[in-house]
Amino acid sequence: MLNNQAEFKNKTHMGLSKRRVITGKIAEIVFFLCAVISIITTVGIVVSLLSQSLYFFFEVTLWEFLTGTRWAPILKPQSFGVLPLVTGTLLVSGIAALFAVPIGLATAVFLSEYAPDRVRKIAKPFLEILAGIPTVVYGYFALTFVTPKLQIILPDLIIFNALSAGLVMGLMIIPMVSSLSEDAMVSVSRSLREGAYALGATRSEVAWKVVVPAALSGIVASFILAISRAIGETMLVTIAAGATPRMSLDPLQSIQTMTAFIVQLSLGETPHGSIEYNTIFAVGLLLFVMTLTMNLIGHLIVRKWQQVDK
Amino acid sequence: MIKNILKKENYNQNLNSRYTKGKLYFTVFFTALMIAIIGLAILLFQIISQGTEMLSWTFVSSYPSRFPEKAGILSALVGSIWLMGLTGIFAVPLGIGTAVYLEEYAPKNKFTQFLEINISNLAGVPSIVYGLLGLAVFVGALNMGRTLIAGALTMALLVMPIVILASREAIKQVPYSHREAAYALGATRWEVVRSVVLPSAIPGIMTGAILSMSRAVGEAAPVLAVSALVYLTFVPTDPFDRFTVMPIQIYNWVSRPQDGFRELAASGIILLLVLLLSMNSIAIYIRSKYQNKSEE
Amino acid sequence: MVTDEYILSSDNLNVYYGNFQALANVSIKIKPNIVTALIGPSGCGKSTLLRCFNRMNDLIPIFSLDGSIKYKSQELYDDTTDATNIRSQIGMVFQKPNPFPKSIYDNVAFGLKINGYTGNYDEAIENSLRRAALWEEVKDRLNKSAIGLSGGQQQRLCIARALAVNPEVLLMDEPASALDPIGTLAIEELIRELAGSVTIVIVTHNMQQAARVSDETAFLMVNDNRAGYLVEHDYTDKIFTNPSEERTEAYITGRFS
Repeated sequence: MLNNQAEFKNKTHMGLSKRRVITGKIAEIVFFLCAVISIITTVGIVVSLLSQSLYFFFEVTLWEFLTGTRWAPILKPQSFGVLPLVTGTLLVSGIAALFAVPIGLATAVFLSEYAPDRVRKIAKPFLEILAGIPTVVYGYFALTFVTPKLQIILPDLIIFNALSAGLVMGLMIIPMVSSLSEDAMVSVSRSLREGAYALGATRSEVAWKVVVPAALSGIVASFILAISRAIGETMLVTIAAGATPRMSLDPLQSIQTMTAFIVQLSLGETPHGSIEYNTIFAVGLLLFVMTLTMNLIGHLIVRKWQQVDK
Repeated sequence: MIKNILKKENYNQNLNSRYTKGKLYFTVFFTALMIAIIGLAILLFQIISQGTEMLSWTFVSSYPSRFPEKAGILSALVGSIWLMGLTGIFAVPLGIGTAVYLEEYAPKNKFTQFLEINISNLAGVPSIVYGLLGLAVFVGALNMGRTLIAGALTMALLVMPIVILASREAIKQVPYSHREAAYALGATRWEVVRSVVLPSAIPGIMTGAILSMSRAVGEAAPVLAVSALVYLTFVPTDPFDRFTVMPIQIYNWVSRPQDGFRELAASGIILLLVLLLSMNSIAIYIRSKYQNKSEE
Repeated sequence: MVTDEYILSSDNLNVYYGNFQALANVSIKIKPNIVTALIGPSGCGKSTLLRCFNRMNDLIPIFSLDGSIKYKSQELYDDTTDATNIRSQIGMVFQKPNPFPKSIYDNVAFGLKINGYTGNYDEAIENSLRRAALWEEVKDRLNKSAIGLSGGQQQRLCIARALAVNPEVLLMDEPASALDPIGTLAIEELIRELAGSVTIVIVTHNMQQAARVSDETAFLMVNDNRAGYLVEHDYTDKIFTNPSEERTEAYITGRFS
């Protein structure tokens, strides 16, 4: 009897084991390959941007591209100085940041330090909706509502302008600033708050003098990531900020951002291999490098701050 | 004993002015939140007031036209649904696979760390850059042309980080004791994943999948780079057809100066937002249903 | 017990967290400028009682109380009593050292600043650090982050930070429980040093510690509904050698915990 049982056990074990081991191995390899796709994606982005840009840089020097102050890739005589697109991008993102950073931070302080649970439960879905609205919708809003309203106060405002696009972009990135900053503040330990209260600090002193400084790196990271998002944003600026590459910091004027330029040329179905076609990859490469740098810095700060916190 | 040199009269607490300051701060912080919410309210009001007039069955069932009153969103609506479905087919399995690898298999080493940093950076790459990737690789190098399939593959890469993040969160929620119970019965790692981890993580993964597809529906920039089409008067019937999507159709209408097209754009936006809202509601429903169940 | 002028006193104090009663009918009187220890099994509400004295419990939304609790002659939970003002007169030191992630100097300066100190800051900070027996160890690195200090040093910094506000009472909630034996010893010596210039109420689960540092000891226990109540309050010597209540003796001798 005992012998039989052992034999039975042994048999089933041996019979299934090989197939189970192989299935397990295959599963592991499949999962690993899935994970590798994300690396291939990054490599794909870098290689496709670099290789197409290379053709561009055969004809235009890197120096001319990065320091030239006139951008006219289609009109003859052609000129490939990217600075007007960069200043356009920074102008819109700068306006967005000026609007979104204080409001996003103040919202985060309110939600983290003041709002009772009930208010937070009502307010946060609104912010999530704001974050989930497609960017064409923001473009529509900037062009058909904000610009006409601003023109009442600022008669000099052009229909397509940096100001209106920047303000609406600010509205768009407020949720990003507020949710990341709030996360940073919520994770400030309760004992620090108690320590400050026990010294006779008021609620706003605890918030402003203890919690915000303690969460500062997370808050700064939220600014960087949100501004990086603004730099890469496309449809809103394509619709509302115009298509005039201009090296100026006048927010009332029409400008063109790097992203809007890429869209403008993509729409024209530019022939594959032409210099115009390669131009969009050169601009895309610059955009990628700028946002990647900011994102890396942002994530680095977040990571470091999490370590310190633990 | 060291003498205390501090004196009561040297403290000027000034509580009243501090409380006033506190109230001021409170007002400022609360106003900030209200600015965001009022901004949202004005945006929605503007869209609804402009868009309801043109919203009709004709609008949903017609092709775009030079005449605003005859124009509709049919081709873009069908294109969006196609794109959403195909994106889901590519992105969801790959995203889940990556999440399972990272949570269940990945050793703690430099490579895994690199994978994680890579994924979080991919989530921050501007969507137009994905468009350029699709243009160079799927349209160009792989010669797929400016087709639905090229658009869907591009979009799948873009939304994959969302699926990965949501799936990882869901997998993390599965208690370790459940895994141990299965291991103790002699299950292999794959059997634990298949019979214990994935079944209990499914609701969270579904939520992530739906959110990723709703992101895909709202994106215009990468599709513009891949498809380059803004005006299409037929409905795509297979993955190798050319296509357009709702955000692009909306963009096209917004860019025209005539009021009629602006109103069409608003109607299109209402339709798009309703679609997104219903998708998100489904996601929230799944999440809450699952949460209730797990509390029982 | 000798009646003196009392600095803190409660009368029939009941404390609730939602529907749960944490303290039942606690009446206790605490004398100025001595060390009073609160001891008792875990969950007996000794920390809750401590946190009533400087209204730290206000921060918990479901907290409520009835009965009377007074600082000198001032009713602490009166509508006209300001919690912020109370906390600047009744300081607190917590279980785990919680210095702000700022410099050592700024940690001590924090309370001075918010309470509008008009005197010389450097002097006040040096004095507070000296009183907390930390000055010699940190005088050369006042601008370094407080996070770099050892656990025991951090806790003494927290005491200096509290002293800088010039409180009349210092509440200590198991101040040495997160420290190693050397850190613990330093805190205990410091408590003895400070006794006389400031009233100290200390919660501790360590009975030897209570015996070493306190002048008076109050023993709390839990009743059948898990609410804490005061069993006995007397001179520490008496509590530890000849308690009036059998329950106290049972606890002190370790017959239950």
